[in-house]
Amino acid sequence: MKQTAAQRALIAALAWGVALLLFFPILWMVLTSFKSEVAAIATPPQLLFEPTLESYAEVQSRAEYLRFALNSVVVSLGGTLLALAFAVPAAYSMAFHPTERTRGTLLWMLSTKMLPPVGVLVPIYLLFRTVGALDTRTGLVVIYALMNLPILVWMLFTFFKEVPKEILEAGRMDGARTGGEFWHLLLPLTLPGIASTGLLSLILCWNEAFWSLNLTSSEAAPLTAFIASFSSPQGLFFAKLSAASTMAVAPILVFGWLSQRQLVRGLTFGAVK
Amino acid sequence: MSKRRRGGAFFAFCLAFAAAALLPLGAARAQTTITIATVNNGDMVVMQRLAPQFERQNPNIRLRWVVLEENVLRQRVTTDIATRAGQFDVLTIGNYEVPIWAKQGWLSAFDNLPAGYDAEDLLPAVRTGISHENKLYALPFYAESAMTYYRTDLLQRAGITMPEKPTYAQIREIAEKITDKNSQTYGLCLRGKPGWGENMGFVTPLVTAFGGQWFDNQWRTKIDTPEWRRAITWYSDGLRQFGPPGATSNGFNETLALFAGGRCGLWIDATVAAGLLYDPKQSQVADRVGFAPMPTGDFAGGPTWLWSWNLAIPATSKQQEAARAFVAWATSKEYIQLVARENGWVAVPPGTRRSTYENAEYQKAAPFASFVLRAINEANPTASTREPRPYGGAQFVGIPEYQGIGTQVGQTIATTLTGQNVEQALRGAQSATERAMRQAGYPK
Repeated sequence: MKQTAAQRALIAALAWGVALLLFFPILWMVLTSFKSEVAAIATPPQLLFEPTLESYAEVQSRAEYLRFALNSVVVSLGGTLLALAFAVPAAYSMAFHPTERTRGTLLWMLSTKMLPPVGVLVPIYLLFRTVGALDTRTGLVVIYALMNLPILVWMLFTFFKEVPKEILEAGRMDGARTGGEFWHLLLPLTLPGIASTGLLSLILCWNEAFWSLNLTSSEAAPLTAFIASFSSPQGLFFAKLSAASTMAVAPILVFGWLSQRQLVRGLTFGAVK
Repeated sequence: MSKRRRGGAFFAFCLAFAAAALLPLGAARAQTTITIATVNNGDMVVMQRLAPQFERQNPNIRLRWVVLEENVLRQRVTTDIATRAGQFDVLTIGNYEVPIWAKQGWLSAFDNLPAGYDAEDLLPAVRTGISHENKLYALPFYAESAMTYYRTDLLQRAGITMPEKPTYAQIREIAEKITDKNSQTYGLCLRGKPGWGENMGFVTPLVTAFGGQWFDNQWRTKIDTPEWRRAITWYSDGLRQFGPPGATSNGFNETLALFAGGRCGLWIDATVAAGLLYDPKQSQVADRVGFAPMPTGDFAGGPTWLWSWNLAIPATSKQQEAARAFVAWATSKEYIQLVARENGWVAVPPGTRRSTYENAEYQKAAPFASFVLRAINEANPTASTREPRPYGGAQFVGIPEYQGIGTQVGQTIATTLTGQNVEQALRGAQSATERAMRQAGYPK
């Protein structure tokens, strides 16, 4: 069915509307970060105002942004790679060598995501205390990897399922072992999927706030802790909080923007046969 | 490279990178490092800025700061202390927590304070609030009570003068006269956001002033009573008729923003707001703020409002000596002098020491000083409500269960601002509180 010009315009307008709606909170945060504290809380909200960098200067003078940012980069990358190192083999074996318990295992893995994290906070805190992992990047990397593992396995499993078994069989006939089969056949075929899985995991790690706030204090504290430190129960803080948040989301926003093609391609991979 | 080895390279790379991230970064430290967990209130930010002076005086002590949002801090510190993990050496906690945690054996007592510290100089009401069995378990950093703020220009225009000791009935009359919703001027602003530290911080003293209380001496819940009904009716009618729209989302900060932005005629809240409202950098009405004591109802002399932010040392800290040295420094007279020198007298942490209020320069810089002092001295956190009560605390109930109960009742009270019938709401709050108290094993 051919679309009329009016229909196309309507769809475009709708798409723009939804996009703006989703983007508006971020835009407002960025705008607020350039306001003074008094302007940030003015009613009615001001769209036109005299921009100032005083919140950024204040945020810079109070906390070392780079130290927090470095921790975020290290724990997000570390957690993602550690999770991938376990999730890829796990998904491979479940996709290509399933047993009667595979389905049950997959569902069980997913069920671990249904428990609110606070339910296991005390046991994990005690474990971390015993092994000395509190306030270390090591601890966060392990927690992030474990936290994202079920999602990663599930995503990779669905990507691998899309690959016809016959291709791998043909490879095996030609003498490829498991490693070669993966490297020469599976990896090229599912690279967009693996990449988007990794990107998603990276974003989830970057934004994770519960464990990072509870398991770190100063040495390993990532950007989420940096943001949390600018909220105050007494006194105005919206402009400073917005400046801190803008600085915290900027790297991942740029990263997400640069990799959006990969991300979309991966997420829709196999959607249309 | 063989196919097999190349196939494994991917995993090796992932593992190697993850392993590199896993390497601990701890470096050897010759000094004693103490970790201070604190909230991000203005006075604490000043303390953090001035702390290098302490490090210079004590070269063998290094300070490490963990600044967190109040609720996150409370959760974080509770987990740490309850599991005895010992991540923190100094904590910023309120006078609600101090006696409860001291009873649990979680905090170290401050018995042998240095002679120059002059603990007798601390305001008695504040000291009592952070003592357990006559021992101090924290030292106060700053303290607050509550008072009434009003816009002098609005009252003048309406031809009204604020009574010296206003009553709640008078406050309502004034609010009615100065409300002008067309120009977005709301006669009465109060906390409406549910929470034990938000709307209930105001509601509890309001109920006390109307002659009510939470529990009687046998721990029977007393919410579904005429006193509560009259108090909550005053609160919900007043806010609905003369308050800003969407009052249920206004906590301390939001209301402060409304008043500072010129939208409120009257506001009854913590004395700490005075310094912020008088600061032209933070307030558009700095030259038009008047103040009066907290209003009274038909029962006078009961507990009103007393909150202090204190520095305490968890019993699990391994650096007790260094931590004590820091806490004594940050709550000393010398520290108050230091803030005055660096930032001016109006910026000194209020409400803790007599000597601050006796200082002529402070009285000059902070015209509200005598009000704050009187409000703190008359806060009576241990006084009786109209009927005797088995618990302490002025604007809160000093039992561990109160965080949960207070927040739940706060949610019910908030529904009366959006149209729920007061009697029904109080019946609901009564039965929910009875249930929670039964489950917690009261009467104990």
